[in-house]
Amino acid sequence: MPTFPRDQWYVAAYGREIGHELFSRTVCNESILFWRTQAGSVTAVSNRCVHRRFPLSQPPSALVDDQVVCGYHGFTYAADGRCTAVPGQTRIPRAARLTSYPVVEQDSFVWVWIGDPAKADPARVPRAPWLESPGYATVSGMEPLRARFGLLVDNLLDLSHETYLHGGYIGTPEVAATPITTEVDEDAGIVYVSRHMDDAECPPFYSKSTGLNGRIMRWQDIEYMPPCLYTLHSRIAPLGVLPHDDGTDPGAFHVEVVYAMTPETDTSTHNFWAVARDFAQEDQSVSDFLAEQNRTVVLQDVAALNALEKSIAAEPEGYQELSINIDTGGLAARRMLAKLIERGSAAPSAAKG
Amino acid sequence: MSVDPSRAARGVFRVEWLPGSDQLRGFCHCGAATVADGPVEVWDWLLAHPVGHDTRGRASVPGSGPAVLAGAGAAP
Ligand code: FES
Ligand SMILES: [Fe+2]
Ligand SMILES: [Zn+2]
Repeated sequence: MPTFPRDQWYVAAYGREIGHELFSRTVCNESILFWRTQAGSVTAVSNRCVHRRFPLSQPPSALVDDQVVCGYHGFTYAADGRCTAVPGQTRIPRAARLTSYPVVEQDSFVWVWIGDPAKADPARVPRAPWLESPGYATVSGMEPLRARFGLLVDNLLDLSHETYLHGGYIGTPEVAATPITTEVDEDAGIVYVSRHMDDAECPPFYSKSTGLNGRIMRWQDIEYMPPCLYTLHSRIAPLGVLPHDDGTDPGAFHVEVVYAMTPETDTSTHNFWAVARDFAQEDQSVSDFLAEQNRTVVLQDVAALNALEKSIAAEPEGYQELSINIDTGGLAARRMLAKLIERGSAAPSAAKG
Repeated sequence: MSVDPSRAARGVFRVEWLPGSDQLRGFCHCGAATVADGPVEVWDWLLAHPVGHDTRGRASVPGSGPAVLAGAGAAP
């Protein structure tokens, strides 16, 4: 049973990570080579030379203008994966072509399509507009996880763990104690989980960044678009301050906490995280504080999930876990993922020589 | 913002955690509703739609009529 769906868009990198030099990252068990062409677009092709499998990201492989020259025997490929030269002969074998991946660069992310390229629709790349919106200031990073993708989905869909795993950072008693509302929109492919705390303690993450102290309103509205993109719309306000009827909300602080969860292998994951805020945009000390805090929180999750992966590896066949009400959102996400896995194309069988 | 009444019209399943209880109430887009003791049970019931979704019987579930669907903008 695969642990992630194919025929899906996944975040492979931040745009800032890819320049005019060779860069590789494994996405869904596929090692992919990226570079930014001289025209400025990001290209993505298989990182394995068709001749003898040498990794094209590894020196002395090199980027020459917009072509990559294999460091082993010199096969040369264009940005679209086409082989343009082979050593010692003029005839280029017809099969000499690197798999090329559909790419979309949007909202600061580089998205790649994993699966059947004929099904890739760039209009269906999910959006996280805050990350590049002038009305928001954003900090972001990426932490590698030695745990399967599904464990991160479980983790983010159930924020009651904030109270225990992230106490003193973002967790307060009310998070675990406040009931949630969960919605599943099967046609749009979205899971929503909402927890509105109308009278809650203000955790340091928000008191230090907003200046609010004491009791606050803290609303958490999760929007998960399986498989990759997750946004926590976080609203922080003084007690009793509500959004206006016209939808504007000048009395509140808004933080968009965005995660892109990308399987690296069956048991490891790229955990991209970003925090965008609509207040104190110019204040570098707030940016530094939120970046440091969120990275700390992400690393607390990473340590926990790495431990879960080890538990899974060691457990007997048929071990049954237990679910309670806080897992309503996580279970909805799992069921949606299971459908996507069923619907997606099969993984390429292990490459033969 | 969170619980958007228009979603019910778009074929959305909803699960509310009944305040002050350990029970979950599941609302199907067809108008049927149920009360369950846990998330596995509630999703089994919802995702089986239309199997077992008798909207004629919904009056037996307290407050589960369309009025609740339309007025659920207030979060728990
Ligand atoms: S392995 Fe790349 S040219 Fe031989
Ligand atoms: Fe966490
Ligand atoms: Zn139904």
